[in-house]
Amino acid sequence: MTPDPARALVIGASAGGVQALLAILPELPADFPLPVLIVLHVPADRSNVLAPLFASKCALTVKEAEDKEPTQPGVVYFAPSDYHLLVEADGALALSSDELVNYSRPSIDVLFESAADAYGAGLVGLVLTGANEDGAAGLKAVAAAGGLTFVEDPASAYARPMPEAALRACPAAQVMSLARIPEVLKGLGQA
Amino acid sequence: MDAALSPVAPHEVEDIEIQLLLEALFQRYHYDFRHYARASIKRRLLQARTHFGLPSLTALQERVLHDPEMLPQLLGFLTVQVSEMFRDPAYFRALREQVLPHLRTYPSLKVWIAGCSAGEEVYSLAILFREEGLFDRTMFYATDINPDALRAAEAGVYSLDRIRKFTENHQKSGGRTSLSDYYTADYGRAVFDKSLRANVVFSDHSLVSDAVFGEMQLISCRNVMIYFDRPLQDRAVGLFKDSLARNGFLGIGSKESLRFSRHAGAFADFVPEEKIYRRREP
Ligand SMILES: C[S@@+](CC[C@H](N)C(=O)[O-])C[C@H]1O[C@@H](n2cnc3c(N)ncnc32)[C@H](O)[C@@H]1O
Repeated sequence: MTPDPARALVIGASAGGVQALLAILPELPADFPLPVLIVLHVPADRSNVLAPLFASKCALTVKEAEDKEPTQPGVVYFAPSDYHLLVEADGALALSSDELVNYSRPSIDVLFESAADAYGAGLVGLVLTGANEDGAAGLKAVAAAGGLTFVEDPASAYARPMPEAALRACPAAQVMSLARIPEVLKGLGQA
Repeated sequence: MDAALSPVAPHEVEDIEIQLLLEALFQRYHYDFRHYARASIKRRLLQARTHFGLPSLTALQERVLHDPEMLPQLLGFLTVQVSEMFRDPAYFRALREQVLPHLRTYPSLKVWIAGCSAGEEVYSLAILFREEGLFDRTMFYATDINPDALRAAEAGVYSLDRIRKFTENHQKSGGRTSLSDYYTADYGRAVFDKSLRANVVFSDHSLVSDAVFGEMQLISCRNVMIYFDRPLQDRAVGLFKDSLARNGFLGIGSKESLRFSRHAGAFADFVPEEKIYRRREP
């Protein structure tokens, strides 16, 4: 059986996440074939700077996710501060101000679980550095839906708890160093 | 293999169950969540299932159909009650500095707070109007579909540990007084002064199914339509359009937009950064 072609990439990160994403997103080419949806935990009053910060360094278009916005390949969407980011069954984005999940809003689990429903085996989930355990249940949902799961190697990550928790929840995930991640992502969505 | 017997993912079965449960709630109790944004509804229904210790959403449907006493609790899961006083202080500052100077020219005012939750936004506006000297000439209509929320709004009692954030927001909104002027602290709770709700009418009103609420100078409906799908948002915005007086103002949540609405043409941007619009001349 050949694996389902990838249709979307979701990324979750916390402490050290800006640096990690700076090592990944600028490496992706303008014709990257997937939409990239990202939850990065940052202090609430500072997260609106994420999209501008990355936009100036990336070949991809980078923006803050808007409610009910359809996604497009080659566009990076950051969850806005203080809102959860979800994916609807038709692939459109949704924001919500539901309660905190894992002490976080946005929460990585909320994004990954709804994206797993929407994209099923066409989803790729990546958990990066972080000092909490958000994302572990989400990555497990990605695997359960038949999607691909990647985790940054905790041994070399800036903060280990998040990738470690993801691996405990999802032992079959592929572990890779930050340096290797761009290469692996560039291979996605290629038939 | 016969298509009818082909395997379906567990989440696809859940999607069918959600559809049926929402239909049951509508037919039995006339609460209509069928056109709410589905991904968030799903999370909350699964939380409710876990909370009630039930094996499936079908079991949850069975319970709520036969046990009306369970309905308020289920509504608590289905409606998101997250709120704060002076949430997004810049919005309240924009009302204070840019909208109220226009309202000042009217001898009497009507303000509708749609989706008022436990009243945080109502007391915020009441305090703002009092600080700006407009309170006495204003009637506030505070509506919601959640009866527990309306009761809490009418009581105006909040846990003291939330007050620090409320105070900080109030200051950032350009507050001219101290928030502590408006409540008394007692046993870990802040009890807001009942004179603040002297001009407030609380009522059960649904943006999904109820009618126009007439001749408002200001409507504030924040973080409610974000939970609706596009057609339902259109319905709600249509209600606001028809409930606003000439040149009336509409404020919505910071991540909501009229841009995609069928009625966008009826509104002009007034403070675009804070999502405050003004009704155009018909
Ligand atoms: C997230 S709270 C928003 C509270 C406040 N407006 C704010 O921005 O902080 C959403 C509120 O909308 C109410 N709501 C949900 N559906 C509604 C409907 N169809 N009509 C009126 N209110 C509704 C919920 O019960 C809840 O109290």
